[in-house]
Amino acid sequence: MADISLKKLKKSYGPVDVIKGVDIEINHGEFVVFVGPSGCGKSTLLRMIAGLEDISEGELSVDGQVVNELQPKERGVAMVFQSYAIFPHMTVRENVAFGLTISKTPKAEKEAKVAEAARILQMEHLLDRRPSQLSGGQRQRVAIGRAIVRDPKVFLFDEPLSNLDAALRMDMRMEIGKLHKDLGATMIYVTHDQVEAMTLADKIVVLRDGEVQQIGAPMELYHKPANLFVAKFIGSPSMNFLEVEVTAAEKGHYVVSNAALAPISIPSEIKAKVGDKLVLGLRPQYLEPEAKEGYGVLKGKINLTERLGSETVMNLAMGDGTTLIAALPKDAIFDRGTSIELSFDPVKAHLFHPETE
Amino acid sequence: MATSSKLTSSNRAGWLFALPGFGLMVVFIILPFFFAIALSFTNQRLISPNPTEFVGMANYKSLLGVGMITLEPERDASGDIIRDDSGAPTYPKLRNFTRKNPDYPKLDGMREWTSWQSGENRTYVLARDVVFMRAVLNTLIFVLVVAPVQGGLALGLALLINQRLRGINVYRAIYFMPVVVSIVVVSLLWRFIYDGNNGLLNNILSSLTFGAFSPIDWLGNPDTALGSIIGMSIWQAVGFHMVIWLSGLQTISPTLYEAAEIEGSSKWQTFRYVTWPGLRNTAVLVLIVITMQAFALFSQIDVMTSGGPLDSTQTIVFQAVERGYGKQDISGGSTISVILFVIVLSISLIQRWLTRERR
Repeated sequence: MADISLKKLKKSYGPVDVIKGVDIEINHGEFVVFVGPSGCGKSTLLRMIAGLEDISEGELSVDGQVVNELQPKERGVAMVFQSYAIFPHMTVRENVAFGLTISKTPKAEKEAKVAEAARILQMEHLLDRRPSQLSGGQRQRVAIGRAIVRDPKVFLFDEPLSNLDAALRMDMRMEIGKLHKDLGATMIYVTHDQVEAMTLADKIVVLRDGEVQQIGAPMELYHKPANLFVAKFIGSPSMNFLEVEVTAAEKGHYVVSNAALAPISIPSEIKAKVGDKLVLGLRPQYLEPEAKEGYGVLKGKINLTERLGSETVMNLAMGDGTTLIAALPKDAIFDRGTSIELSFDPVKAHLFHPETE
Repeated sequence: MATSSKLTSSNRAGWLFALPGFGLMVVFIILPFFFAIALSFTNQRLISPNPTEFVGMANYKSLLGVGMITLEPERDASGDIIRDDSGAPTYPKLRNFTRKNPDYPKLDGMREWTSWQSGENRTYVLARDVVFMRAVLNTLIFVLVVAPVQGGLALGLALLINQRLRGINVYRAIYFMPVVVSIVVVSLLWRFIYDGNNGLLNNILSSLTFGAFSPIDWLGNPDTALGSIIGMSIWQAVGFHMVIWLSGLQTISPTLYEAAEIEGSSKWQTFRYVTWPGLRNTAVLVLIVITMQAFALFSQIDVMTSGGPLDSTQTIVFQAVERGYGKQDISGGSTISVILFVIVLSISLIQRWLTRERR
């Protein structure tokens, strides 16, 4: 149970910088998710916290103590791996008890802790099986059990659900969320799946090319993405981007337009002047088929619709040749090729400088 | 496959391509195997004008026949033990019992293999073929020493070269080099190393001890000859088994090591809980391969000692060749091969059974 602080953390392999100076503060009991596309350095960062990778520069402290040079076991961390990393020749019981066996914990205490972990994870009936007799979800449960029994200061999860199928992934996701609430422990979780990030996190850290793009609560990232990259990464389906030109600017408001969009005034805090090229971001969920007073209007032809029952996802061809995705929160039938007008609330639209992608 | 041509899908073509290799295997492995079994029941000689005769188990009896006899010391008329000049009791001559003695038909033709004192009496172990018994014993000693030592050393080397270090491939190559060199060449070289007058080993030992070490004729001394051959053999093939261990090591997932490291496992604990269990199947393979190779010990003996001195380096295969071709006694050589086959087969089966996966 601990506060963790990363100060100007850097990692380089020879001349290549993989982590380029990362500052993150993690409070006791927080669930922090590192999210980003593959190769963004999120796993490397987690492994640096675990002590599996050396820290090239900067300072990592747990509970105010600098732990850069400490061995993994001295940092009080437990880790759950994507590939489970449970020992194939040991029974579930032996696997869960591994850390305690290593530290020569008395037998009675060991058994009590294993029983407790098995109870929390509802796997008492699995204790005498071998990993080869377990399903993927059960294996991951064993790996989590191994982490729990050691009562670590920090839990580290490295894409723990990536090897599971979709249905199981959702179950395990909820269980991990519940586990966090039950244990109240600090957890750091790495994923490339923004749904996991949104649902689990108290705090999301969006990473890209070894740099932090934005740190914040899930809804903060959703509603106020700091740049194009975050806007694109968070939310599903992903945000629509329209290249627009500023035709009029006043404090906090910009009137923008392009070939497919009639001029509309968007409230925004970015700095721009008349004639600047900007990117207008529209979430597919905020596009509505009914026009309203003061709303922006887009016209397009329907290319394709996907009916999901609760939602209908439309792919539209716009007048200027770009495509637009809209997600209507109901089941609706649209014919392919028909023209449609979609409107959006300017308050829910975002303006970005194009270079922030 | 949609694109398979007539050639690759034809059964006859497949057999035709397999024929040369298959034929060679039949001619040089399968046929000789059955030949050896058949010949071991005959009196066939390599070149002989006499017709071959079926002799049943006679060859096996003459090789494997063993007996035991306990003799009481000779006593004079008053019942006192007759002693020789050094005070040791004297016993009746063994050949009185083993040469045409109608009371001891089973011992006929046997010789003394070994003996020990029990109280006043002396017990003799007799064998019909003492040299073959020496050969079996030497081979067993060789296997019992080489299997664990070579396997263990190879594992140690594999662990060393499994590290990610700069230039590690150089070490891998160095350790593997003796395997590539022919055993005959290696044996010749080591004859110089073991030389009694100016050998490298004697020179090194005497310079390490500042001349206190008196040179030994390593291969000429019955006490050191077998040990010397064991040492050289271990050195020569250790690289081969190192590579097998290495391949086993590399199948162990690196995340298992990381998991162990996170859990705070020490180097030894990591070996005990992660590495060794992960090497189970490799260990079985290495053990069986070393055992089989060790039983086939021949070239070193042939080049370095020819079984001497005083039969101290006789081995089963050397005896088989010696009999079959040296003495032109093909049936005798075949019998030895069959015996060796049975020994190796049973030991391999026992090893497999002992190392089986327990649930």
